[in-house]
Amino acid sequence: MQADWQPSCSIELLHLRAQILAEIRRFFLARAVLEVETPILSYSSGTDPQLDFFSADYHAHPLQQTLYLQTSPEFAMKRLLAAGSGSIYQICKAFRNGESGRTHNPEFSILEWYRVDFTLRQLMDEIAELIAALFKDRYQLKATQRISYQSLFYKNTGLDPLQFNYDAYCAYALKSGSPEAIELCKTDHNAWLDFIFSHFIQPYLGENALCMVYGYPACQSSLARINKDNPLITDRVELFINGIELGNGYYELTDAQEQNQRFDEEIRLRKQNNKATLVKNKQLIAALQSGLPECSGIAIGLDRLLMVLTKSNSIDDVIPFPILRS
Amino acid sequence: MASYSTNEFKAGLKVMLDADPCAIIENEFVKPGKGQAFNRVKIRNLKTGRVIERTFKSGDSLEAADVVDVAMQYLYNDGDFRHFMVPDSFEQYQCNEKAVSDASKWLKDQDMCTVTLWNDSPLLVTPGNFVELAIVETDPGVRGDTSGGGGKPAVLETGAVVRVPLFVQLGEVIKVDTRTGEYISRVKE
Repeated sequence: MQADWQPSCSIELLHLRAQILAEIRRFFLARAVLEVETPILSYSSGTDPQLDFFSADYHAHPLQQTLYLQTSPEFAMKRLLAAGSGSIYQICKAFRNGESGRTHNPEFSILEWYRVDFTLRQLMDEIAELIAALFKDRYQLKATQRISYQSLFYKNTGLDPLQFNYDAYCAYALKSGSPEAIELCKTDHNAWLDFIFSHFIQPYLGENALCMVYGYPACQSSLARINKDNPLITDRVELFINGIELGNGYYELTDAQEQNQRFDEEIRLRKQNNKATLVKNKQLIAALQSGLPECSGIAIGLDRLLMVLTKSNSIDDVIPFPILRS
Repeated sequence: MASYSTNEFKAGLKVMLDADPCAIIENEFVKPGKGQAFNRVKIRNLKTGRVIERTFKSGDSLEAADVVDVAMQYLYNDGDFRHFMVPDSFEQYQCNEKAVSDASKWLKDQDMCTVTLWNDSPLLVTPGNFVELAIVETDPGVRGDTSGGGGKPAVLETGAVVRVPLFVQLGEVIKVDTRTGEYISRVKE
């Protein structure tokens, strides 16, 4: 059998990707946001209970250590912010083990940026401007939509995402033809929200428009700040176009003690779910202790952005060598 | 019996679900960036033919179903069962009307077809994509009718009714696509 040496995306797509990267760099240059690079390999990875990581062996005799490929550049970038970098952005690869499908490749490209002294609302304005700049002359988008998670969830399901009413959630699962949700999610409110949102809400978000969903339930966010007016929600935003999740942003948590507690909670959850455990990122905690400036930040999946721009059905259509050809 | 993880689900894979043999049609990995991973699977129940959607937690697995497709020759109908034979081994299987169901109207003695076996007993009979059958009943074409549209019904030797063009006559053999039930062409004997 002949080896599958050819790229799975077209040569035109390589050109489009290059143009998009150049435009992103122009966009941030014009706004005096500094481009940075941080290590892809690190002694500790994110502790997010829903992410699996890749590990690698570091040998420098007599030292032998396991290092981890980043699931996102967040921690290292926050250390730069705490060190006084000012607003920064990065275009890099991130790695999430086991994630493979129509919209997932275990290795993917991220654009992540942090704006010092920006509220989440200001960051959302900038996101809309960036998307508009990248889509201009390529894809006609309708007006940007902004909607709170709670009103979106209620409008679509009649359920309150902030108050877990087990019976009402079960009734919804039965009514919508997914009785298996009851067994899968049990009494885990978070699992229910993931199930209902990903099956019945997300596929219809942002039809030919950027849809920004904000105010996620507090149980759904580990690094966002609790909203100061409503402790049940966080200052977190997610981006969608044509039902595809494109990015996730926060008004960043700056409280070292609270961050430390959330890490401990995540590590506990990982153990409970028999996921590989790792040490928490002490350097991030130390950076927060020394003082992270007030800031908002977001990560956008560049491969999915290209999928949307080219109306591609699969992530394999926009990257040259997906995991099975890598 | 082996089992398959959601990561291995792909179109055509045969698995057991709710004690029935099923075939995977489509498998979509669904995972919010910060949320739980699910696999949303479109699946066909091979006993009832019904297609359903079912979501699994990523990493869950289903038992494999011992389901195989075997090419067989249709022999005869004894009134209760239809009989089929594997040409190489001469092994014979009898199928009830439920397994034959829609295939019955395309089955002619000696023709080859596919019999799906579950634990070595027939589950489903699928005729070849194309069959050649003689017309046993149809109206004579109306002379001078050149409209070309519509055609006319024709009853075939197996009992199937197919729309054929007006010029096709009683006794002729025609080629039919069994997946759509549409006339393809006349067959020169």
